[in-house]
Amino acid sequence: MDTQLGKWEVFMQAKPGANYIHAGAIHASDKKMALQNARDTYTRRGEGTSIWVVPTDAIVASNPDDNDMFFDPSNDKTYRLPTFYVMPEGAKAI
Amino acid sequence: MELLEKNEKLQDKASGSFEAKIERDDAIEPRDNMPEGYRKHLIRQMSQHAHSEVIGMQPEGNWITRAPSLRAKQILLAKIQDEGGHGLYLYSAAETLGISRDEMIAQLHSGKAKYSNIFNYPALTWADIGAIGWLVDGAAIVNQVSLQRTSYGPYSRAMVRICKEESFHQRQGYEIMAKMMSGTAAQREMAQDAMNRWWWPSLMMFGPHESESPRSGDAFKWKIKRSTNDELRQKFIDKTVQQAEVIGLKVPDDQLRWNEEKKSYDHGPINWDEFHSVINGNGPCNKQRMAHHKKVHAEGAWVREAAEAYRLKEEKLN
Ligand SMILES: [Fe+2]
Ligand SMILES: [Fe+2]
Repeated sequence: MDTQLGKWEVFMQAKPGANYIHAGAIHASDKKMALQNARDTYTRRGEGTSIWVVPTDAIVASNPDDNDMFFDPSNDKTYRLPTFYVMPEGAKAI
Repeated sequence: MELLEKNEKLQDKASGSFEAKIERDDAIEPRDNMPEGYRKHLIRQMSQHAHSEVIGMQPEGNWITRAPSLRAKQILLAKIQDEGGHGLYLYSAAETLGISRDEMIAQLHSGKAKYSNIFNYPALTWADIGAIGWLVDGAAIVNQVSLQRTSYGPYSRAMVRICKEESFHQRQGYEIMAKMMSGTAAQREMAQDAMNRWWWPSLMMFGPHESESPRSGDAFKWKIKRSTNDELRQKFIDKTVQQAEVIGLKVPDDQLRWNEEKKSYDHGPINWDEFHSVINGNGPCNKQRMAHHKKVHAEGAWVREAAEAYRLKEEKLN
């Protein structure tokens, strides 16, 4: 049986301070190879300053069928939004 | 209030049926519901696309040791490494549809999965490396720019990444052609010969006319495809003819004429018999390309096995 090694998801930070963004996936047998393969595959032109690799099966994803419930914006709870509050006349920088 | 409305809109976007999402131009993501036909169509198209990137390394790789200068060799190596990377982006995007890398490679080896016909032609001279970068990558770019808007999220994102890298590929090829065209008579002849051999196969890369293309109806309905083969081919011709003229290359098509009315070129008929014959295995290099891939894959098996054995050993120790 042929093996293509384990699958890892690659997240990259484009510059210091930025969010890590999913770039794609690679195959590797261990953490060290995963980092090296992620570097070779996804940052050949300085696209990143930092990389995370995560085994694909360690990722838990929400189920799109549950979206209505899961991502209910709770629009009845308008007090979560800044526009709910009445500011006194003349108050500045708030 | 604005925030509330925005929230509601976002909420709408995240839900809804497959058809509603396609209708709204929302991306389809791996865990979304999708018709089996959509999944199958994408697996076929994306794995074929990935295989093409990888098999496409062969005609160019053939010239690494014979590149005419260190500069040319470095450029060619970087270009071919990019193509390997493109293959990997696409394999991993295709894997999100539930097919494994092993299965895709097995399908390539059994002939069930295809790769782009263009790579069944040989790269005979250094000018072919110029023609491949300029024409073959040039045609691929036109197709891939259009695919950036394809409906499947992982495919579309891979296309965005690939398109960023492709313009260097086309420019390095055009530079080779331009250099040869400003060289000796023998070099100019070599460049024109490469042009003559690669022009028509490059036009065939866009695939048959839509009326002959059996699966294109679904591909448009599902927004996998955004432009017709003929539209993309026309776009490629219109931008490439001028580039050929600038460096003094002749496009090998006696019927090529600027059509002022439609503001684009008319071209001669494409030899579809050749296209089908090459697809069916009768191109100059089909056997060689596949034999090479199988050989390298088999010869690399021990590396993958050793890596797995090393991992198991390390896990035991820790
Ligand atoms: Fe590519
Ligand atoms: Fe390319």
